[in-house]
Amino acid sequence: MTKMHVKLNVNGADVEGQAEPRTLLIHFLRETLGITGPHIGCETSHCGACTVDMNGKSVKSCTVFVGQANGAEITTVEGLVNDDGSLGVIQEMFREHHGLQCGFCTPGMITRAHRLLQENPNPTEDEVRFGISGNLCRCTGYQNIVKAIMAAAAQMNASKEAAE
Amino acid sequence: MIPAGFEYHRPADLASALGILHEHGDEARVVAGGHSLIPMMKLRMAELAHLVDLQDIAEIKGFEIGDDAVSIGAMASQHELIANDDLARVLPIIREAALQIADPQVRYLGTIGGNVANGDPGNDMPGLMQCLNASYDLIGPGGTRQVAARDFYEAAYFTAREDDEILTRISIPVPAAGTGYAYVKQKRKIGDYATAAAAVLVGDGTASVAMTNLADTPIWSDKASEALAAGHDEGCIALLQEAIDPQEDMRGPVAFKRHVAEMVLRRAISSALSRRS
Amino acid sequence: MNDQTMTPQERAAGLKGMGTSRKRVEDVRFTQGKGNYVDDIKMDGMLFGDFVRSPYAHARVTSINAEEALKVPGVAAVITAKDLEPLGLHWMPTLAGDKQMVLADGKVLFQGQEVAFVIGTDRYAVADGVAAVEVDYEELPVVTDPFKALEPDAPVLREDLAGQTEGAHGPRRHHNHIFTWEVGDKDATEKVLAEADVVAEEMVYYHRTHPVPLETCGCVASMDKVTGKLTVWGTFQAPHAVRTVASLISGIAEHNIRIISPDIGGGFGNKVGVYPGYICSIVASIVTGKPVKWVENRMDNLMSTAFARDYWMKGRISAAKDGKITGLWCHTTADHGGFDACADPTKFPAGFMSICTGSYDIPVAYLGVDGVYTNKAPGGVAYRCSFRVTEAAYFIERMIEVLAIKLGMDAAELRRINFIKPDQFPYQSALGWEYDSGDYHTAWDKALNAVGYADLRAEQAQRLEDFKAGKTRKLIGIGLTHFTEIVGAGPVKNCDILGLGMFDSCEIRIHPTGSAIARLGTISQGQGHATTFAQIIASEIGIPADDITLEEGDTDTAPYGLGTYGSRSTPVAGAATAMAARKIRAKAQMIAAYLLEVHDDDVEFDVDRFAVKGAPERFKTMKEIAFASYNQAIPGLEPGLEAVSYYDPPNMTFPFGAYICVMEFDVDTGEHEVRSFYALDDCGTRINPMIIEGQVHGGATEGYAIAMGQEIAYDQMGNHKTATLMDFFVPTAWETPSYTTDHTVTPSPHHPIGAKGVGESPNVGSVPCFSNAVHDAFRPFGLMQSHMPHDQWRIWKIANDLGLHG
Repeated sequence: MTKMHVKLNVNGADVEGQAEPRTLLIHFLRETLGITGPHIGCETSHCGACTVDMNGKSVKSCTVFVGQANGAEITTVEGLVNDDGSLGVIQEMFREHHGLQCGFCTPGMITRAHRLLQENPNPTEDEVRFGISGNLCRCTGYQNIVKAIMAAAAQMNASKEAAE
Repeated sequence: MIPAGFEYHRPADLASALGILHEHGDEARVVAGGHSLIPMMKLRMAELAHLVDLQDIAEIKGFEIGDDAVSIGAMASQHELIANDDLARVLPIIREAALQIADPQVRYLGTIGGNVANGDPGNDMPGLMQCLNASYDLIGPGGTRQVAARDFYEAAYFTAREDDEILTRISIPVPAAGTGYAYVKQKRKIGDYATAAAAVLVGDGTASVAMTNLADTPIWSDKASEALAAGHDEGCIALLQEAIDPQEDMRGPVAFKRHVAEMVLRRAISSALSRRS
Repeated sequence: MNDQTMTPQERAAGLKGMGTSRKRVEDVRFTQGKGNYVDDIKMDGMLFGDFVRSPYAHARVTSINAEEALKVPGVAAVITAKDLEPLGLHWMPTLAGDKQMVLADGKVLFQGQEVAFVIGTDRYAVADGVAAVEVDYEELPVVTDPFKALEPDAPVLREDLAGQTEGAHGPRRHHNHIFTWEVGDKDATEKVLAEADVVAEEMVYYHRTHPVPLETCGCVASMDKVTGKLTVWGTFQAPHAVRTVASLISGIAEHNIRIISPDIGGGFGNKVGVYPGYICSIVASIVTGKPVKWVENRMDNLMSTAFARDYWMKGRISAAKDGKITGLWCHTTADHGGFDACADPTKFPAGFMSICTGSYDIPVAYLGVDGVYTNKAPGGVAYRCSFRVTEAAYFIERMIEVLAIKLGMDAAELRRINFIKPDQFPYQSALGWEYDSGDYHTAWDKALNAVGYADLRAEQAQRLEDFKAGKTRKLIGIGLTHFTEIVGAGPVKNCDILGLGMFDSCEIRIHPTGSAIARLGTISQGQGHATTFAQIIASEIGIPADDITLEEGDTDTAPYGLGTYGSRSTPVAGAATAMAARKIRAKAQMIAAYLLEVHDDDVEFDVDRFAVKGAPERFKTMKEIAFASYNQAIPGLEPGLEAVSYYDPPNMTFPFGAYICVMEFDVDTGEHEVRSFYALDDCGTRINPMIIEGQVHGGATEGYAIAMGQEIAYDQMGNHKTATLMDFFVPTAWETPSYTTDHTVTPSPHHPIGAKGVGESPNVGSVPCFSNAVHDAFRPFGLMQSHMPHDQWRIWKIANDLGLHG
């Protein structure tokens, strides 16, 4: 199978590689680039464990071919860490509020939460639940995830106000 | 989980895309958002030698929102449909329906074009488009033609589109000011297809009703619409019950689906009437 | 602080010991996507493997042709049962005393069963290889109903057991019969039932479902030809047991096998047993000399790995007119699928189903269980069940409701008058268990009070009037449950997994500068052991939890243990942790006494130091003691400061809880809404309240899914109907209710820190709670029992059958 050349920007770094056209973006990220934050939990595009941020959109990377992502700007959960290595606000709030247990849904969930709070910086609890309805979790029952995201929103809004 | 191999094409314009389709016939398929096609490919239920990615083609993007009609490029994502306030002003039913499709991630990439062109009886947009009396632009080697949504669906996954045509644009007449609307969908959970869904418009002596996932195509009924327009709600409901042909599946048996279809339609009619002004 | 400026309370707070909601240490890596799960593992030259699986539920395999598959670029080999036979690995023993095909040996017994294993250089090539293997099948008649399976002319499933009238658990009375297990007094129970004022009888079915951890099962097997050592990373909830079993069946000496459970993305009992994928990967690695990775996809997981439940429980319960229960009779037909692969302690083929007398003082009882083979996936014990306690609790909590209807009594009151009383503990149940402690009345009253029970009943009555008057089409249901769990397997004298006693272990080593490392025989799959077990040590030894590294899962370094499932980690390994810590504290006392130049008995432990009795200004901190253990030559004491404890629990532990929910049901559409869910749990001593609450949220959500729509369904041909997340119901954040959690604390008298474990309680308690709400809503119209799951169409059918759609 002839490979194609792809170039993407992932977590701020330009990367390129060769891949079969049928290579799913999740496999390109995990296998070729060694970015193993996003996970695979199903093969029917339901669970959202593979969620990344692509060109400013929350996307299930298991349902995108690497060619479709050619030229795209991608952020995974690894890219949400601060430059000094400290946890980003959402990551910190997930820890603060016990928004994870086994950690498997967590990268996709946090990456989705990141985009959700860009779409809607001040969501209600219902808006958060609707906003993360593309990400399944088996451990937490979502309650503390919602708490964590609301807390992150509050923190981010407070920082913005302080900066203004 | 892993699809069979194919060659990937990403044409910059419509002519190139059409050329590839023409060259490879039924071995080639277009991909818009990919969230119908790619899952099928991963299960190896759809096998194709050539995948034609439409995402760079400017001609099939964009919105033209007029007072009488709206024109939406096939590549408009569900997310874009929802976010477009001008569209919501003239066709609020579209936002209401789009919010009930799939989940946030799927809505970011899933397109209106993909949703109407696929012929999947579970998709929400076809029935809605029939209710709105939308028409689709189909461009092929022979040129452009328009097919009304009400004439487009033949059977599950069988539509009026030829293999070498691309659905490029959806044109929708804007309902008269004050027209009530509702899209009501019962489902098992977020992300599921409808157990039953109804799209209803009701204006001053006008009405249009269509239902989804209760047959192998969407069901728009002119007689049921006329009955509703004349204020005969029960007549409308009875006529739609005759028109639908639900199948048993994990959502439930036929009698259940029929009952839910009735309830969903009642809610949609009630909601549309309450929004009529 | 090495001075007296901080109060004992302040010093204790600094330790983040037991009782504090210490933030999790695991979260630092998980939130950054730096976990290390099986599929994250990459090794040089690593190959991939995947299965060709049967599309048929029952068929002969007449030929397997790998010719085309071997031509696919990147495919290295295709393994079938014929290749495994010379190694004696084409079949493997199960945890239930049965055997299971690793690869199809002449026939297949369930749809999705493993037929051949394709090995290649990358997973894409392997997928092409799998698609290219040609298999010929001859279909055989299918049986998916366990009752039909026991009919005389039922198809023969297990030809390998032909003529075997003795199974692992006693006589077999039919070719599809596995075992009969009985406990209690059958004659006395029959007598009581015959003479009773009131008897309620019901068939209570707990349907087949599946744990669906978000991470599927998988492994990387790597045989090092130079050292002769086999290393296997895998999704193993019981790594040591896997090592021992792997040694026994492969012939590789146990010291040459290293099993590593890395981070595991949820277990819930799905990852206890040994799967064909592990065996095939190991064989492939030995044969090729390269590491081999197998990671199943979701359909494989749903179609072939350990399912849960599928128990048909026929019950009869008798009571006097005043509501006092006099006897309980239960016969269960257990559907195990094609092989009995249940992960049960060996002496308990029906797990701890005998806890089915529940929270109630029932003087006489009988339980009989018949295990049956059908053409479905193998297993039965999984999904936070504590070995069938989920089934037992569902059974008794339904029978109580049915009895309440028969008696015309309020079901909350019926429970109260039958609860085991606090002064009856330790309580000998009629089915052979000694419940350690409980105070059910306090929990029950607290729960009823918290939800405003009387007001809820009044609201419900008004709603019923409105419904009958045609003002509404929505009914209210109040779900009640008071469950008693049995966890912490268990005493070695009667609890073993394949002969390995179910003790557990903890080893602690204090470093010279006062921090520590501890290793356990358990393995977290999200329960936060690295955080919580350090809290036990912190409280027991007086070293900050933040200074303790806690490891699990590497059989080369961790002391032997039986792993994590059945809520056993806190009761057993937690006890071992406390005991090991106390050994260290005992030695620390002697070191302190030596340093302070007093007698051993003249110093006492004070949070993080030993002080001279009566002269608290003279003390040595644990940090100082630690260094001294490496620095001082103390007569009579070895250098160093470490200990190990292997803990054989004297008994199981019995957490309990009171759950109450309020639901609304639309009788026309079958839709439901959970208005509130109140969960009171008593797990004895509470180590980390934040983590307990998280466990309750998660377990109750699993229970919500199970009760309200989740199922493993087959059609009559044995076709799997719910093999993807489209039809297998896993709720999103939108559908999932919010929970109010509460607690009481009734410590376990026999546990060193009084803790009982809690992980599975919410699944045990929530399912009957939701289901009872459904039944409660339709009770006024005559509903006695309707099987789960209570999805929309089944609720609609209840209403339809009761004539509510007139």
